[in-house]
Amino acid sequence: MANFFLDNKDLQYHLEHPLMQKIVELKERGFSDKELYDNAPHNFEDAMDNYRRVMEITGGVCGDVIAPNAEGVDKEGPRVVNDRVEYASGTVENMKAVNAAGLDGLTLPRRFGGLNFPLTCFVMANEMVARADASFENIWGLQDCAETLNEFASEEQKMKYLTWVCQGATCAMDLTEPDAGSDLGAVQLKATWSEERQTWLLNGVKRFITNGDGDVSLVLARTEEGTADARGLSMLVYDKRNGGMKVRRIENKLGIKGSPTCELVFTDAPAELVGDRKMGLIKYVMSLMNAARLGIGAQSVGLCEAAYREALAYAHSRQQFGKDIIKFPAISEMLSNMRAKLHGARALLYETSRFVEIYKQYTHISHERSLEGEERQEMKFYNRLADGFTPLVKLFSSEYANSLAYDAIQIHGGSGFMKDYPCERLYRDARIMNIYEGTSQLQVVAAINAVTKGTFMEQIARYEQEEYVEAMQPIVEQMKALKVRVEAMIERVEEINKEFPQFKDFHARRLVESVGHIIITYLLARQAADNAEYGSDARLFAKLTQSYIASAECYIENTTGEDVELISAVQEQY
Amino acid sequence: MAKQVPDTRNVGKDAMTPEGTVNRAALPAIFNPEDLNALELALRLKDSAEGSTVHILTMGPQRAADIIRDAMFRGADGGYLLSDRKFAGSDTLATSYALSCVLKEIGADIIVAGRQAIDGDTAQVGPQVAEKLGLPQITYAEEVIEVKTDTIVVRRRLERGVETVESPMPVVITVNASAAAVRPQNARLVMKYKHAMVQSEKAAKEGTLSAELFEQRDYLKIVELTAADIDCDEMQLGLNGSPTKVKKIENVVFQAKEAKRLTSSDEDINELMVELIAGHTLG
Repeated sequence: MANFFLDNKDLQYHLEHPLMQKIVELKERGFSDKELYDNAPHNFEDAMDNYRRVMEITGGVCGDVIAPNAEGVDKEGPRVVNDRVEYASGTVENMKAVNAAGLDGLTLPRRFGGLNFPLTCFVMANEMVARADASFENIWGLQDCAETLNEFASEEQKMKYLTWVCQGATCAMDLTEPDAGSDLGAVQLKATWSEERQTWLLNGVKRFITNGDGDVSLVLARTEEGTADARGLSMLVYDKRNGGMKVRRIENKLGIKGSPTCELVFTDAPAELVGDRKMGLIKYVMSLMNAARLGIGAQSVGLCEAAYREALAYAHSRQQFGKDIIKFPAISEMLSNMRAKLHGARALLYETSRFVEIYKQYTHISHERSLEGEERQEMKFYNRLADGFTPLVKLFSSEYANSLAYDAIQIHGGSGFMKDYPCERLYRDARIMNIYEGTSQLQVVAAINAVTKGTFMEQIARYEQEEYVEAMQPIVEQMKALKVRVEAMIERVEEINKEFPQFKDFHARRLVESVGHIIITYLLARQAADNAEYGSDARLFAKLTQSYIASAECYIENTTGEDVELISAVQEQY
Repeated sequence: MAKQVPDTRNVGKDAMTPEGTVNRAALPAIFNPEDLNALELALRLKDSAEGSTVHILTMGPQRAADIIRDAMFRGADGGYLLSDRKFAGSDTLATSYALSCVLKEIGADIIVAGRQAIDGDTAQVGPQVAEKLGLPQITYAEEVIEVKTDTIVVRRRLERGVETVESPMPVVITVNASAAAVRPQNARLVMKYKHAMVQSEKAAKEGTLSAELFEQRDYLKIVELTAADIDCDEMQLGLNGSPTKVKKIENVVFQAKEAKRLTSSDEDINELMVELIAGHTLG
């Protein structure tokens, strides 16, 4: 009878953020749905009550169904039978449970049968599902594809596909191919218009497709013959019921084994164009990827939560030298840092979710009417923050998922290396998180402009201006001083980069992570006003920030422009 | 039929009063577990027969309306709360009498209940209701195999196997814990029915959104019945109608430290009999 919402005070805390007032206003637009739908809220409090209740239901399904199934799902895994995916039996049970709980179409408008919940709630649900079973989060979280359809598809397409998703249809995004991974501009899968059948036809192969045999697939395909780059790509929606696609195989992976990673063969598979031709990668996949990155952020934080809990419980139950091992400073230090990272990553995750949410809602409103001057300003403001924070949250949380899973095994000692404890599964599952939906290296590329062009520094300046409780003043002072040092680091890197163009690329990760550490420390310090326990997290995290920046600064100061050559020399090896 | 019970599954030190009765204040009130199995069985019947409805009937204090709401969150259409001081102190006989009086009035093709409640563990109420209504009963039910025009086929879980039986309808079915687990609460239904309540609960919510919607939306009204609302003989209700008298309650503390192995030899059986009689467990 575990409940992953009720047993998690930190998660509950993030649902109660002051910005929720604005988010609910934007999402409910004057609560006009209340006359049309018997489940629509009547005011802010009513809406919040709905969110709490539904998060509690989600937490119950996670604790009672999905988590107990996780081990079996990991062992059994999905298989291909007659060109179709058959999920592990536990996965099928999970799907039935989330469907019975009415959790499909969580964020979609009510006119399609959705719950019209804020993104923040969807992220929370994803986090809880991932804590229960990261592989199931992959499948369930893909309903997020429907958001991209909601933004760009025609009304007719929305009515068809979004309604279906709200009833439990699963989704997939078919982007990567054998020769197009990080470099999606190289996608080859062909889409050709058939005059005879009056439809687009897909031909080619997709590879590494999560939940590839899902009901609704968004396919990135080359519609413009003779092109070779991103400008020839369009987005199409494929309905599995129309046939023409076979699952050739399922990858045998290190982790998230319950999630079928498919190789797909399309042979004259009919599909519909979404939005405008040639905008596939440039516009729609970018939107899809940004949402997916936030999704991996949620998945990673869920995994951090699971790893921390496993480690904490074990450290309290395992005795050596006559006492519980948690009594040893080496163990308690590991655990307190795990906790600070978990809470820090979560703070960043929900801060980002709110930025993305506000920006997205203004986008939706702008499709209905033109925005007022002030609204346009706000939309731009939050858009910028969302673009900077999204790669940051993906980077930090996925790296933390790995670090916490690593530490969880370390705390279990030899037992952790055995298949007897869940921590080994967490370790394997975490490993993909800083790889897929853009590697950590690519998140740095996506975030570096926000470091050098002011977005982050301006936001840090805003955090500086906020009021903090007395106990957090020393932390705020430390961060102010660190900000100055990081600015100097950025300046040095930019300066040398003028002469040695790859200098910035070499140091980009150090800069992004330095800035990210400061942001997370501020977020935790801010939370100390509501709960003194966050003060401890902030103080612990501030130490991580101090030492990280000291090391990054030392590295940058001791690297010269000429070192670019030194670091690049390995390119000539092999 | 369902019952709100104190959660006796995870009892702490203060679960019992010094007098040896259940300390209801220390235990959370929950939906009786086997009644949840019964609810699932009923909801599956509803899923399979378009146009059918599921209603919860419970007897208890005002807060027992919680389990009716809970059932509505999972797919039930509404419910009846039988609540009156006159029902207080009911044993199984008085309870089944009151419930059967209501059922005579509202009528149902299939009456489903859990096998037994975790506070009393009698398993008597379901069968007694069937007797009082003159209906056939199927106990220890696990799954409905088929619903025909006038009959229902049900699989029962017995001590040493299963038995499939067919009964005419209307029928009373009591459901075993081995039946399918209840489905989760449904997000859409929770949002639709969260303001549902009985009339007497409304007083405390005057001026709130809940009270306002309660007046506007009929599906939010859970029927509340007092003794006066049902056609019954008051002498058979509550304490008056309850022949069960608790003579004494004893706290049993398990003292044996080691297990004792007994074979089927005459000697061992004799030894056991002597021990049981000496300890007043038998005789």
